[in-house]
Amino acid sequence: MEQSALLLASSLNAGTVLAIAALGLLINEKAGVVNLGAEGMMLCAALAGFATVVATGSQTLGLLAGMLAGLLLAALFGLLVIWLNTNQYATGLALSLFGAGFSAFAGTGYVQAKLPEQGPFAVPLLSDLPWFGPALFRHHPLVYGALALVLLLVWWLYRTRSGLILRSVGESPESAHALGYPVRRIRLGAVLAGGALCGLAGAYVSTYYTPLWVEGMIAGKGWIALALTTFATWRPARILLGAYLFGAVTMVQFHLQGQGINLPSQFLTMLPYLATILVLVLISRNPQWIRINMPASLGKPFYPGA
Amino acid sequence: MLRVELRAQPSKVWSYASPLLALALTVLIGMALFMLLGKDPLRGLQVFFWEPIRTPYAIGELLLKATPLLLIALGLAVCFRSNVWNIGAEGQFVLGALAAGGVALLAGPDSGRWMVLAVLLAGVAGGMVWAGLTAWLRDRFHANEILVSLMLVYVAIQLLGFLVYGPWKDPLGYNFPQTKTFEAAARIPRLFDGSRLNIGLPIALALAAGIWLYLFRTLSGFAQQVGGLAPAAARFAGFSSRRALWIALLVSGGLAGLAGALEVAGPLGQLTPYVPAGYGFAAIIVAFVGRLHPVGIVLSALLMSMFYIGGELAQSRLGFPKSITGVFQGLLLFSLLACDTLVAYRIKWGK
Repeated sequence: MEQSALLLASSLNAGTVLAIAALGLLINEKAGVVNLGAEGMMLCAALAGFATVVATGSQTLGLLAGMLAGLLLAALFGLLVIWLNTNQYATGLALSLFGAGFSAFAGTGYVQAKLPEQGPFAVPLLSDLPWFGPALFRHHPLVYGALALVLLLVWWLYRTRSGLILRSVGESPESAHALGYPVRRIRLGAVLAGGALCGLAGAYVSTYYTPLWVEGMIAGKGWIALALTTFATWRPARILLGAYLFGAVTMVQFHLQGQGINLPSQFLTMLPYLATILVLVLISRNPQWIRINMPASLGKPFYPGA
Repeated sequence: MLRVELRAQPSKVWSYASPLLALALTVLIGMALFMLLGKDPLRGLQVFFWEPIRTPYAIGELLLKATPLLLIALGLAVCFRSNVWNIGAEGQFVLGALAAGGVALLAGPDSGRWMVLAVLLAGVAGGMVWAGLTAWLRDRFHANEILVSLMLVYVAIQLLGFLVYGPWKDPLGYNFPQTKTFEAAARIPRLFDGSRLNIGLPIALALAAGIWLYLFRTLSGFAQQVGGLAPAAARFAGFSSRRALWIALLVSGGLAGLAGALEVAGPLGQLTPYVPAGYGFAAIIVAFVGRLHPVGIVLSALLMSMFYIGGELAQSRLGFPKSITGVFQGLLLFSLLACDTLVAYRIKWGK
């Protein structure tokens, strides 16, 4: 009983990281830009957040610093991809490689550093409920923030004019341009929003989820978040579900070990990566389905001409 | 306001000048970084670009490190030219190393010299199987090859961890996570005394020539590139895109696997958790900086090898973290992509 509440709680927590990053990438992709640099942005943001908390002791500032780091890197990516029309895949890869290298380099001095203790979080009254309390109501505010973000995105993308414009830029930048919308600036805005959210997710990892800094600590979460947008066929609510599912897969390994199931730890560590491949295979089986849901200009540069 | 204007023809001059300009930019930013951190930038230049070629031994080390980069990047050039985004070469490298290591562990004190050949072929096969997995999932289920090949890197590294911490651990190794060192029969021969340089280099250079012949002198190589540049034209010509996918991944997987085999049967001499050194990712940069052309890749592999050795020297001589190599690698690719804009576009001021 207690076990299952803890498993649910830890899955929600792990899923939140993926959800926030993937929602950010969703905004990118809805505007037609795919940013393979998620992993690099998250790594730099994780370091920026961690270093800020070490310096100031404030977790809020740490999360903000992470967002800023993500934003700056996304701005660099956006300038290259949107104004200089560089290949989106190659530029994203460059961002991931640079982010991994830079965070490893700049973070050398923080490897042994410790963060100040943080008090537990609890929603008043509800957190005292049996089972539901520990499972649902003792989380970091960001866990609930991710839920709010999904609702906000669903409303914004599908119920507002500006959301419609963003989607039209992703479906047909030429038409949006012909109608007089500033396609490039809209795309840049989307890329920046994506960077900030990836940054937030990265900083959450290093300041709360696993409060420490080691090289490469994001361990593929940025890539899994990228896979999640495809898995969710670019729908915000499905991203959240997918993220929690992946959170559960990540967490099951620890619980299996706790149950005394004797599988070598390396095979358990493989699980989230294998699960990513599995869901990609399942969702991509029907290419028609992907084609209908994918923003039509995804990955293609837009050149407004003379 | 700065704006870009499409050229009628891609600029030939800039396609050669862009990597050089990118290198110059990277060096400038690097020197600025050194100054910012209170180190002498000229000393930095010396460590990265002079020390690695100062003595014959240093040149041997430079060529030794360039070998896996060259091999992997050659395969990636075939992939990227075919518009197949294999970014999991690191995993294929590890699987090649694993397969080669597995065979090498079978060697006894009286195994013949043929053992080396078996070790290298096992490496090629291991890399091909790992890349083939990506090809199969892409071909059969349309799964995105970028994400699948990358996920398989993490899986490959865990597999290596399992073997060296578990069944393949050297019982006499004081519980270190490593296999026993391979018998001499399973190790690849060195070229000269006094250098660790081995037959990997001539093999890699021969393969560079082979890839050049394949890409520019065979119909199959031509078909790969047409499929990458103009899928519709390739369809009209009857070139199969599925075939192109399989060829691209198998060639690059095989080459990455060979690089892994040469690494463990050469300088490493055993399997450890430190086999994956990031060559698979660095080779992506090598391939792009080398213009996806075998000759260019030979040069850019040497450059990237300088970055690696320079990073190690910067650690021992200047007290920098070794990871500065990663910073420069990333900067180089960024600069290259930015400079490449000049190939297809003109930069203009004004409205």
